[in-house]
Formats: sequence, structure tokens, C-alpha cells
Amino acid sequence: MQPSEVLRIAWEAIGKNKVRSLLTMLGIIIGVAAVIIMIAISAGTEATISDQITSLGSNLIYVSSSFSRMGPGVAGSSGGLIYDDATAIEENISGVKGVVVEQDASETVKAGSVSLDSISITGTSPDFLSVRNLTLAEGRFYTADDITNKKKVVVLGFDLAQELFGNTDAIGQTILVSTTRLTVVGVLAEKGTVGDVDYDARLYAPISVVLQKFAQTPFSRIMGDQIRMIFVQVDDTADMDNVILQTQILLAKRHNVSLDSLDFTVTTQEDIIATQESTTSAFRSLLAWVAGVSLIVGGIGIMNIMLVSVTERTREIGLRQSIGATPTDIRWQFLTEALLMSLVGGMIGTAVGVGGSWLFGTVSSMRTVIVPSSILLAFGSAAVVGAFFGFYPANRAAQLDPIDALRHE
Amino acid sequence: MKAVHMIIETNDLTKVYGMDGVSVTALENVNIQIEAGDFVAIMGPSGSGKSTLLNILGCLARPTSGKYILDGEDVSNLDKVQLAAIRNLKLGYVFQSYNLLSHTTALRNVILPLLYDRTRRVPQQEWQGIGEKMLEAVGLGDRMHHQPQELSGGQQQRVAIARALINDPVVIIADEPTGNLDSRSGEEIMGLLDTFHKQGVTIVIVTHDPIVAAHTQRTIHLKDGHIDTIVHNGSSSHPIAKKEADYAAI
Repeated sequence: MQPSEVLRIAWEAIGKNKVRSLLTMLGIIIGVAAVIIMIAISAGTEATISDQITSLGSNLIYVSSSFSRMGPGVAGSSGGLIYDDATAIEENISGVKGVVVEQDASETVKAGSVSLDSISITGTSPDFLSVRNLTLAEGRFYTADDITNKKKVVVLGFDLAQELFGNTDAIGQTILVSTTRLTVVGVLAEKGTVGDVDYDARLYAPISVVLQKFAQTPFSRIMGDQIRMIFVQVDDTADMDNVILQTQILLAKRHNVSLDSLDFTVTTQEDIIATQESTTSAFRSLLAWVAGVSLIVGGIGIMNIMLVSVTERTREIGLRQSIGATPTDIRWQFLTEALLMSLVGGMIGTAVGVGGSWLFGTVSSMRTVIVPSSILLAFGSAAVVGAFFGFYPANRAAQLDPIDALRHE
Repeated sequence: MKAVHMIIETNDLTKVYGMDGVSVTALENVNIQIEAGDFVAIMGPSGSGKSTLLNILGCLARPTSGKYILDGEDVSNLDKVQLAAIRNLKLGYVFQSYNLLSHTTALRNVILPLLYDRTRRVPQQEWQGIGEKMLEAVGLGDRMHHQPQELSGGQQQRVAIARALINDPVVIIADEPTGNLDSRSGEEIMGLLDTFHKQGVTIVIVTHDPIVAAHTQRTIHLKDGHIDTIVHNGSSSHPIAKKEADYAAI
């Protein structure tokens, strides 16, 4: 029989039982829509994360200490990054736009009657704002002069300023951090939480003050002031690899380690985004599997209805056999019907999935990104499900004996 | 001697059903010869083997032993696919319960056998025209686009007859074609079959109704899987010279 006729017969058979066909397709519709929406949501989440990371400044190289590489008593090892490493990078490597150091501490902060425990302190340098893409809401950031002279000044995160001073102006006020009095010179604009860092709930003090007052360790007296991280901003994106290599060579020399056993790690934003993506892609495939299960359930629905249909239409099968249909003709007829049902279901499901993703992204705060390949994936799986679950009923129909089929009541 | 074209010729046709180790012989050594243009009735009480004989003659079942030669071709040992092609091109069925596809127009029902013709004897663009011609021939020119549920029983059986004839079969096999009809509609259907017979169509009809059998030229009576008697119905005219001598009985 010609394919066009096979299709026509299948289409007519589906049309004869519109409600039943639609209910059968519902499983596939939900499955396909679920695959598309789930993937759109996780792709949206990924895009949000990568945007946030990029929003923390561009062309950034992160140099951080890797203590895990050091055993105690490893000869010649220096113990990670020190403050002077940052100066050395800035002075010796070409193509560097700015270098920012960061060391964290955590102390109790008091202002008037308000006392807050375990407030994160970021000790950093003046370029911090430009390198990390942050802006001031009011006042000023500390200067190189403040750092050199170890001025007791502080810049507050937006939320922290609210908590300590409410609606009164924070600029010029004094806060007590541990046992040190600091004068507020600026408040940052709102930034929110990126990764696991809440930029609004911490305070920012000159690195020299932080190293001297809050992050003093026995180690620093011998080796120099230890810092957690150095951010290197590169002028030109094309220069990134070169700057990374130079940084590694310079610091390896300074730390007296070989290039293949570095006591620090150098990463870029791309690396961090890639790490984040590998986390979300695991999440994404979990969602896809859940959606895939609903597709299989939909397929079982199709098989169920096709078996009912074969039984109901036994006489029709007998008649078709009596006028010359071969087992292959009958098999194709029912297989096409199952396939057509899942493909039509797949099409409706795609429409629902795309529409649903769009609606979800519009009405909720969650961002959704419709991934074209997810439509292909969902549609392809619908077709496979239709063929797989349609085969058994179709085969059963093909193997009916014409005499028994004609006699069937 | 006039050359006779033999449509159906069986040679010691035997069918044995095996059930739970007990075998039942439904047909035993049946020899039938039906010429082109014949109109033959098969009668017999239930269990006489007439359904089995009809199924074998209709190529829906194969004999256990013996030969069945249809239109000069031995079809006793063909496989499923070959039998399907024979049913499509050489046989036309008329069933007691019409067996039309529901929710499908009379015209679509009539052209159904053309869909399964692998030899593409009739090009697709001609299907509709041929279907319309067949429906006109059975007197349903004005009902072509009606669906079976909109037609009376007699009209449905006419559609079935048009469907049986569309592939120009060598023989029409009718199984109780008037069984579901009132006597008037039944007479109309028999009149239609008479008309086609007069045009030269070979017809084999299974019935238990003597009035139906009276329309035919010969009635083969089956009993316990054997041919009991063959009765020649003198009233019926035959367009082709009869050759009555050598029908082997039993």
C-alpha cells in the first residue's frame, strides 16, 4: 500500500475517536512539554549564574592559595599567597590593568546599641570596585593613601548599613569592629548574592588594616602577610593566556616551587562558569530523566489504547485481510497510527512546552531559556516511544488469522 | 467438445483440525469443479463442512491435503503473502454482515481492494472513477458519499457487492449474503447477483435458504464433510454451454 494511503487510514482512525485519541496523546503531550519546560528552566538558571559571574568584572584571573597541596614540613614551600605577590604581579607582568588582593576575616560589629556577630570583613585594595564591577551608593571608597597609612576607615555593604544605621546617614559614623574603631566613609550600592558571597552583608576595609588587626596569624610574622586571593584584571581578552602563564612563572619563582607542583591555583571566569554549569547540567539531566519517565508512561498509554483498538477492530482487520491486506500491511497500519498519535501529541506538547516556558519566564521570577535541541530531543523521543509501544499491538494485529478475525464479535 | 475455462477445481480436498490431540475431519476428499460463468450454491446442515469449504475456496485457509486449483493456478500451498495477493486480485467476498468500514463513505469502502493491489493494475487517479462506476452498477449512484450507518441493510450489501467486484475477480464468494436482510431486500440482492451472473460473473454462494439456492444453476449439498448430492436447478439460464457429465460425487 502507498504510504500516503497508510497515513490517510491512520489519520481517519484517529479522527474516528477524537476524545479517546486526545486522551491517549495527553501522556505524550505532558511528557514532551515537561522535557522542554524543565530544560528551559535549567538553561535559564545556568544563564543567570553565568551572567552573575560575568557581572563581577570582566577579563578576570583568580589566583588563590591551594593549601591542600602543602604538607607541613615540605621544604621550601612558602604557604600560599602573600601580599607582596600582588605587588610583584602588578610591577613585573605586562598587559595587567589592575590587581586586587582579598583577605577575609569575621568579627563582631557594633554601632551604638546595635551589635552584630560574625560579620564578614573583606580586606582589599582601591581597585576592588572597578575590578569586581561594584558601585558606591554614597561616600567614597578608600584610597591607596588610606592603605599605606593604615587609616581606620570602612565601606559598608548596602544591607549592613541598613542594619546598623537604619535610615540615618552612615557616612562619618564610627563603628566598633572587634576592638578597633573604624569610620564609615562609603556605602556600596546593592549587588545581591553571587555564588555563595552576599556582597551586601559585609564590610570592606583597607587590606593593611585587615591584615594588621583582624587576620593576624603567627605565620604572617615570619613569611609576610597572607592573603586569600589575588584578582588580576587583564587589559585585552587575547592576552589572558599569556598573563596566566607569566603569573604562574613569576609566582612559582617567588614561592620556590616547580611549575608542575604549584602551591596556588589560577582560574578564570570561564573556569568558574564551567564548574557551575557542570553542577546545573547534572540537575538538568535529572529533570530530563523525570520528564523522560512521563514520556514512557505516555507510551504505555498509547500501547494500551492500541491494544484496545486492535481488539475492537478485529473484524475490520479480518475484512482487510480478506480483500488482500498482507500481515505487513496490517502491521504498518497500526504502527503508523501509534506513530502518528505520538507525533501529533509531540507537536501539541512542543507548542505547550514552548508556550509554557515563555509563560513561566514571564509570570514568575525564574528565567527560562528555550533550548532548540530540547524540542528535537522531546520530539525524537516521542517518535521512538510511539514506534516502540506501537510495535507490539501492531504485530498482534498482523498475526491475526483472517477467519477468526472475521468471526470476531 | 467446447473448451471450458475451469475457475475452481478441487482434487481430494481434505481439512483436518487438530484440537487437544483429537483430530476432527471437517472435509474429506471433496472434488468440485466450477466453470467460468457458473452460479453455484453450497448447502448443508451446520457441521457439514460448508464453512470450511468456503474458507478454503476463499483462500482464507489452506487444505490439510489435496489440491485446490484456482483459475489454473495451484493455490494449495501458497504462503500468507501470496494468498493475500490471490484474495485481492482473483476473489471477491460478500459477507452476511456486509463488513463495511464504519465512518467511511460508500465510495471509500468500494475502492478499498484497490489500495491493497500491489500490482498497481489501476492507477490511483482512476480509483474514484471506477468506484463511482461500480456503485452506479449496483444502483447506488446517489449514495456514494453516504456512510454505512446512513444506508439500509440492502444498500450496505450492495456496497459490499460493488467492493467485491471492483478488482474484476474470477469468482465471487458470498457467505449467506441475504442472511441479515428481510425477504424483499434479500430478493433484491439475489436479483443483483443474477444480473452480474448474466454478465458472466462466476458466483459461489453458501446458504441454508432454498429460495436463495433456487437462483443458482447447481446446488452442492454437503454432509459430514462429503459431497452428498449435486442438484441441477433447471430454472436458471446459463450463458455458457453446460457440461454436466463429469462432476465427481464423493
